[in-house]
Amino acid sequence: MAMPTLSPDWPGGFWAHWGIFVVIILVFVMAMVMGFIWFERRAIAIMQARLGPNRVGPFGFLQPVADAIKVLLKEDIIPAAGDKWVHWLAPVVAFVPVLMVFAVVPFADGALLADLNIGILYVVAVSSISVVGIFMAGWASNNKYSLLGAMRQVASVVSYEIPVVLSIMGVVLLAGSLSMQQIVLAQDIPFILLQPLGFLLFFIGACAEINRAPFDLMEADSEIVAGFHTEYSGMKFALFYLVEYGEALAISAIVTTLFLGGWRGPVLPPWLWFLVKVGLVFFAIVWIRTTVPRVRIDQLMALAWKFLFPLALLNLLITAVEILVFPAVSLWVLVLINIAIMVVLVILWSKLFKLGWGRVEV
Amino acid sequence: MIIKTEPFVVNIGPVHPSTHGVFRMRATLDGEVIVDLEPVFGYLHRGVEKLAEERTYTGVIPLTDRLDYLASMSNNLAYCLAVEKLAGIPVPERAQYLRVIMAELQRIASHLIAVGAFLNDCGAFMTPILYMIREREKILDLFEMVSGQRLTYNYMRVGGVSHDIPDEFLPALKKFVDRMPAFIDEYDQLLRENEILLARAKGVGILPKELAINISAGGPVLRGSGVRWDIRQADPYSIYDRFKFDIPTGSVGDCYDRYRVRVEEMRQSVRILKQALEQLPSGEVRSEVPHLIHPPVGEAYGHIEAPKGELGFYLVSDNSISPYRFHIRAPSLINLTALKEMMVGWKVADAIIIFGSIDICMGEVDR
Repeated sequence: MAMPTLSPDWPGGFWAHWGIFVVIILVFVMAMVMGFIWFERRAIAIMQARLGPNRVGPFGFLQPVADAIKVLLKEDIIPAAGDKWVHWLAPVVAFVPVLMVFAVVPFADGALLADLNIGILYVVAVSSISVVGIFMAGWASNNKYSLLGAMRQVASVVSYEIPVVLSIMGVVLLAGSLSMQQIVLAQDIPFILLQPLGFLLFFIGACAEINRAPFDLMEADSEIVAGFHTEYSGMKFALFYLVEYGEALAISAIVTTLFLGGWRGPVLPPWLWFLVKVGLVFFAIVWIRTTVPRVRIDQLMALAWKFLFPLALLNLLITAVEILVFPAVSLWVLVLINIAIMVVLVILWSKLFKLGWGRVEV
Repeated sequence: MIIKTEPFVVNIGPVHPSTHGVFRMRATLDGEVIVDLEPVFGYLHRGVEKLAEERTYTGVIPLTDRLDYLASMSNNLAYCLAVEKLAGIPVPERAQYLRVIMAELQRIASHLIAVGAFLNDCGAFMTPILYMIREREKILDLFEMVSGQRLTYNYMRVGGVSHDIPDEFLPALKKFVDRMPAFIDEYDQLLRENEILLARAKGVGILPKELAINISAGGPVLRGSGVRWDIRQADPYSIYDRFKFDIPTGSVGDCYDRYRVRVEEMRQSVRILKQALEQLPSGEVRSEVPHLIHPPVGEAYGHIEAPKGELGFYLVSDNSISPYRFHIRAPSLINLTALKEMMVGWKVADAIIIFGSIDICMGEVDR
């Protein structure tokens, strides 16, 4: 078995690199998730005219730590009629893929666990595994609310995978590579400018896939109590909580890498640029969560298939034509053209498409 | 391949985030679609009607506070009107105005919670209801000034109100009345054209006009279905005939109409408050009433337009110090009776917002 090649400026052999980055990813994910939980609670509190957590540590910064300790000490309850092993396995199956996604996310130039040449494909493939864990949770809980939540999750992930992947294809065409590292290096202009429509579709689709509001149907607290994790307590519940925020973190990191130029930026060190951009994307997600009501399951499906899917196809087509027919045109001209196309298409589709107006479509 | 499916029964409630108390809906679902629904009442039954028969006429007032605890003032008012009718007790002019002011403030407070909770049921993550609660807080402050209480006011008395208002009340009320329309406008602007809200609420949970009349629904639920019926104008009690205000109505009777009616009613309540403030006379706030009221033998029905619909108290007197028979016509309960007709055919998510748009208070449903 041949040793994978490494970028030469990294000290140590393959295993040193491997070990260091596993630790970095674990620490990064855990720390960022805790930070995000605090950040989200404070940001939402400010938007909702209240204070948010402010007792534990300065500005309540240690609140997630306190919550983590509390949750560790809680009793672990398994429903009497539930499937014990699946119930136990579900949070693990849901959580591991979230960590695995970060293996290909570049934190700085060449600073990633594995520069896979199929990087973005790997992300798409691995992140879809989480839904299996969530469905296992819904099934094993032997609870009707859990099952409803899990069913909704499966339906939404299956539908939203398609527009998400199609909008990623636009980026891949521009970068000419599937490797995350190469995609970042190709972004002399952040792809959000060259692919505004692609960014929009990806962002909406990704929000739906990770079940952030307004697509948080699988745990819709006002409808199905807590969805798939109704019957979970203690550390297993905490793992699902980690999954939720880990996925949000992963989506923020992927949006940053694909559309916002990853770690690239002037003045500041690369890793800081990366963190700032991830934070900004996450803030947008939080902002949307506090602002809009939740859609219904059939409206969610309609949005995926009638709105995002055709637009994603068109976006792919337009990008391909642009690359094939006008390879010599200045990128800035393409930026203007693409933004114009996005505005026209989105307005046109919004006229054609309404969220169903309450029609029942079974 | 044909997948064999079968409907299954889900108990929504009695402990559920969106049943606004301990209400239970036994829903039969086919996937996400509701095929049958049976409301189950009674988890909060306290026997208020029987308790009232053991108390003096004045002693019943605190009990009425605990019916619709989001609109205690309205409950007080309806009960006092019934007793006054039964015993023929006059009410001084100033007390009449104070009662109207309190009732309209209470209507705004109740509708704020109703609209906020409805949007919360739609899944707007706590934001609308917290802004609503912020505004309601100002009303609660006003109520605290006059009664010392923030939820169960026990402010009205047979023959007037318990105390005159303190000096700081009128300036605070003026400030509130001046600020409130701008707040309603701002809020309305944010939500009226929200695409998701329209998609969720428009055309959902339609209560046809005929059915609404047949179940004798009241309040925003009835008016949302397009019936122009408001006790304040249909059978003016207290001094409501002196104020100018419109009765907002919906057209279709869907959740969106009921929501719109509530928002418009808040505007009209502010209008009434303005007029009442201008006309408020000075004088006594309570007529001479004996401690133990012995109404003549007979019966009386006092009803008002409470925030949630027609609230009525039916009293029978045997000339003793406590009512011989005491019955409450609770609007929440009666508005709920068409629940099945409104919900069947819609999805679980719709059922929640239909339920939210009816705006019930379990304290009143189960009594």
